[in-house]
Amino acid sequence: MLIYLNEKLIKINSGTRLYELRKKYKADADLLIVNGYPASSDQELNDSDHIVMIQRGEQPSAEELEILMMARHTPGVHEKIKQGCVGIAGAGGLGSHVAVALARVGVGQLNIADFDVVEPSNLNRQQYFIDQIGSPKVLALRDNLLRINPGTKVNIHQKRVTPENITELFSEVDILVEAFDAADQKAMLTNYFLSHFPDKFLVAASGVAGYKAANTIQTTKITDHFYLCGDGVTAAEPGCGLMAPRVGIAAHHQANAVLRLLLNQSPE
Amino acid sequence: MKLIINGKTTEYQDNLTVQQLLQKLKLSPDQVVVELNRQILSPNIHVKTELKSEDTIELVQFVGGG
Repeated sequence: MLIYLNEKLIKINSGTRLYELRKKYKADADLLIVNGYPASSDQELNDSDHIVMIQRGEQPSAEELEILMMARHTPGVHEKIKQGCVGIAGAGGLGSHVAVALARVGVGQLNIADFDVVEPSNLNRQQYFIDQIGSPKVLALRDNLLRINPGTKVNIHQKRVTPENITELFSEVDILVEAFDAADQKAMLTNYFLSHFPDKFLVAASGVAGYKAANTIQTTKITDHFYLCGDGVTAAEPGCGLMAPRVGIAAHHQANAVLRLLLNQSPE
Repeated sequence: MKLIINGKTTEYQDNLTVQQLLQKLKLSPDQVVVELNRQILSPNIHVKTELKSEDTIELVQFVGGG
């Protein structure tokens, strides 16, 4: 029968067991992942199983890294999302978290635009570090993403997104993530993108401020190509700030919506 | 005139443009997305777009924060 060992198709005898396979191919492996889930005991293998063998502490080659990183994915997911190209408009509390999540799952290409630099008040919720204060956000984010997954291609644009440059920045993406802070910018991008690219998807966010209950954040389908994450009403304003947990929850709603769209499933 | 706004049917006395509807609902025109009969409506035509009875409208009012 045929199985995938570290994503390479190999032929093994029927009835082969997991530990027998380890002995033959990677005797020092101490983490054995079968079909996306770590195996806690020996077991008989079945046709088409996906087996990944990892030796803890060992630095893999660049070629091996991609396979080992995605070992905990649901089988079949990685190959599909590797083909995906996602735009991220804004690299603040929403955009930096969305970018990290999408790089971790191995989306093939990210196009990220933001005009701003990292400053101290960003660090309560954005995916940056103290030594990046003063750096353009897109440069700092690209550095961080490449440390997480060098397999994701990251295109950055240090500029303010306007109706004049949306086509140049995002015409090649399959899905655009709206990750701005200001309400009028959110509406501008949504109006422009959905009317000029009616066949592409937009995943926007609204209502992510404060520390109301996490379960009030939802993903809502507005149209077939437009999804909105957040509670829809809680604005950042005097007396209501922006903090890592709730902004992060909304950003991960956005990232999961993107993942589902790339896998041809409805985000809602 | 009967309009279906975000899934709810509402009766309006007068003829309205999209811009006038947004004013009535106290929505800020530069922070909303309007979908009229499943088409996104560019903000620059809100002022001249007349609504008809039975029109289906989705309104999304964005709030700041991110």
